[in-house]
Amino acid sequence: MDVKVSLGVSLGAVLAIVLVALVGAQVSSLQLVFGILVPYAAFVIFILGFIYRVVDWGRSPVPFRIPTTCGQQKTLPWIKRNKLECPSNTLEVIGRMILEVFAFRSLFKHTKAEMASGNIIYGGSKWLWLGALAFHYSFLIIAVRHLRLFVEPVPAFVNVLDLVDGMLQIGAPTLYITDILLIGAVSYLFVRRVIVPKMRYISLANDYFPLFLILGIGISGVLMRFFIRVDIVSVKELTVGLASLHPVLPEGIGAIFFVHVALVSTLFAYFPFSKLMHAGGVFLSPGRNLANTNRAKMHVNPWNYPVKLHTYEEYENDFREKMKNAGIPVERE
Amino acid sequence: MANIPKYYESLNLDYKPPRGNWMDRPLNIKSGIYCYPARPNVLAGIQMNDRSDWGKYWVVEDEDWELPDDWKERFLNKMRDMLDKYRTFKIYMDICVRCGACADKCHYFLGSGDPMNMPVMRAELLRSVYRGEFTKTGKILGRIAGARKLTKGVLRQIWYYMFQCSECRRCSTFCPYGIDTAEITIMAREIMNELGMNIAWIQESCYKCIHTGNHLGLQPQAYKECIDCMLGDIEENVGISFDVSWNRKGADILFVTPSGDVFAEPGIYTLAGYLLLFEYLRKEYGFDYTWSTYASEGGDFGYFTANDIAKRMNSKIYLEAKRLGVKWILGGECGHMWRVLNQYMTTWHGPVDFLEEPVSPITGTKFENAKAHKMVHIMEFTADLIKHGKLKLDPSRNDRLRVTYHDSCNPSRGMGLLEEPRYVIKNVCNHFYEMPENTLRDQTFCCGSGSGLNASENMELRMRGGFPRQNAVRYVRDKYGVNMLACICAIDRAAFPDAQRYWNPDVGCTGITELVANALIMEGEGPRTNNLRGFEIATWEPKP
Repeated sequence: MDVKVSLGVSLGAVLAIVLVALVGAQVSSLQLVFGILVPYAAFVIFILGFIYRVVDWGRSPVPFRIPTTCGQQKTLPWIKRNKLECPSNTLEVIGRMILEVFAFRSLFKHTKAEMASGNIIYGGSKWLWLGALAFHYSFLIIAVRHLRLFVEPVPAFVNVLDLVDGMLQIGAPTLYITDILLIGAVSYLFVRRVIVPKMRYISLANDYFPLFLILGIGISGVLMRFFIRVDIVSVKELTVGLASLHPVLPEGIGAIFFVHVALVSTLFAYFPFSKLMHAGGVFLSPGRNLANTNRAKMHVNPWNYPVKLHTYEEYENDFREKMKNAGIPVERE
Repeated sequence: MANIPKYYESLNLDYKPPRGNWMDRPLNIKSGIYCYPARPNVLAGIQMNDRSDWGKYWVVEDEDWELPDDWKERFLNKMRDMLDKYRTFKIYMDICVRCGACADKCHYFLGSGDPMNMPVMRAELLRSVYRGEFTKTGKILGRIAGARKLTKGVLRQIWYYMFQCSECRRCSTFCPYGIDTAEITIMAREIMNELGMNIAWIQESCYKCIHTGNHLGLQPQAYKECIDCMLGDIEENVGISFDVSWNRKGADILFVTPSGDVFAEPGIYTLAGYLLLFEYLRKEYGFDYTWSTYASEGGDFGYFTANDIAKRMNSKIYLEAKRLGVKWILGGECGHMWRVLNQYMTTWHGPVDFLEEPVSPITGTKFENAKAHKMVHIMEFTADLIKHGKLKLDPSRNDRLRVTYHDSCNPSRGMGLLEEPRYVIKNVCNHFYEMPENTLRDQTFCCGSGSGLNASENMELRMRGGFPRQNAVRYVRDKYGVNMLACICAIDRAAFPDAQRYWNPDVGCTGITELVANALIMEGEGPRTNNLRGFEIATWEPKP
């Protein structure tokens, strides 16, 4: 029952945004709201919210150096150590973080445990890793491609990216590989949540909503490109205006554009208050971003405080006679 | 004793959670899957909340846990305090995306199928309260945002499942953000101390350790007697007699090891191994070390309940090293002991300027990785000795044994001590076989009884949690005829015999130093027909 509620609420919320944007697009005074004010507000919320969250995390100290070590420590010189899985200096930590952030190293290790005739079988399982990678990279490339709408002249690397991404050109307009990958990967991540019982059990509306939102962004984008064409010149006029802080509102941009912008704005504004903050958190996670050097280099805990000790003196006072009888040396006879 | 499912065949789990929302799932507290609460006098004895300011003792299976009127405030205040003190806690509450990578990684989940033992769910128990009580979105949206208020029912769930986590960190190696469930369990347990909700097995060990120096509560003369007794056994089985020194000022090295190995089989044979190894080194190279009755515990059950208690217990090691004026400290085989030593000890007590940077007096090797901490792991120490050819070894004495090695969770994931033990085993045993890679090194399994959960009333959980490891042992037993499981953890040595009697009744358990000592050729030794356990080497059939 609750899965349905979570799904319903998430989907309903996204559809409501679409609907509001569609209505807004019909009213020219509301176009100002949806074309200019909402994107600005969302962007500001995103930036300030993101900073606030990271600063808030930073306000809590890291009292202990507790990296999860996943490889051989630095020890005797003839034992080969694992620099990336058990870093022992900052450079190696950076290496570990690069692998984690750009290649999803930990997710790559994913296995699937199943029970067959009383034994646990650990199967390799790369689909989650692949899906996550496809999703994040296509999203990134799409975002970078969108720079052409905000910057004039369009930077060369954006044009190159465009060219490569559009390699599989099938007619005009260009069909981007990343468009397909994004929608495919998000759909996979969604279907996985719904049909795998364990995933269904752990999933919340907080998980479905961003998926629907991003799917909505992808679909509205593709629709706009292939099916419900918008006036690209006007769009660019608007987006460049936004980016240069001289917003203008050209006539005749299609409604679908406002839907797309509303969904993207929602994503931006929602970001800092949601699990999407893993994008910032992954860099700060003490389980990964610390070197395993506790024994070589002291780590300082800012709130370290003295504790009540059971001193040797008290101990000897408790047991002096017994110690003497057992021939254990004592400090005071 | 609790009702435990029947041997082996009974585990037929499909790992499918039930339908419906977990928030509606009634809590079913089951005999055999929980530990008894700590007694008030024990808590009072270590200055912990003993419930005396509001009421009385509580019984886990009762509906009413006898909480004070302001229980909720106490819980939430402490939680706020921990959020402010630990970035880990805050970030781990915020960034989980519920990708499910950890879901099937927990040994308790794999052995019980209880969906609340999926690490993500264990964390969500607390995370739901975090959202509902500490975040705006959670307060506004409530349940639809996975948020809920702290109620007595929620508290019961949190307590029940935070004592079904052994803080082994296997899940955290698979997490794309390194979210460490051990850290969350540590926080939750410390928070619940505010309500006097902890368990006897942990708290009593802390009480004993603070007062006598070790978890077992052995007073100095009793501790010494145990070791004297081992020296007698060594004389009988090895044919040499010697003495060791106690609390001796001016010794070069202080040796500290978990007290579990002083008392029960098979840990006592690991201890016999240390005695023999050090005697060998004394005779051959003038190795100069001392035991201490004051710092007679390497382990730290305080770590399983509160930072404060952990630090109090751990402080004795440096205090004693300073008092005795030793150069550095050698530490024995133990799991959580080394997590605490490696990741907490210098931060608590450092800088450690009263000791010297550790150098092996025999090989001259500088242990540079321990230059601030000044403690060396016995496996680092022994591997270095073997590498330099300083030990005369006859591995054929271990030829009856077909050995596999269990990476203990803490030395693996909290330290990275992976190759030293393997190197040592391969030099003292001729038959060594690895278990499947998904159960080893950073992916190793807990014995099933870690983090202070090895109470006998908790037996069903321990047997279930021990299953993934035992299943892998069974695999190498069938494939290679393995009959001995080696480990470097005293809790392993206390827990494996129970788990193996249940799952693998024809495989024994040993510490690595026991294997070393059996292979060690001592000067002036008698005929080594018996091993350290007093069994005839030629015919021995190891049993758990």
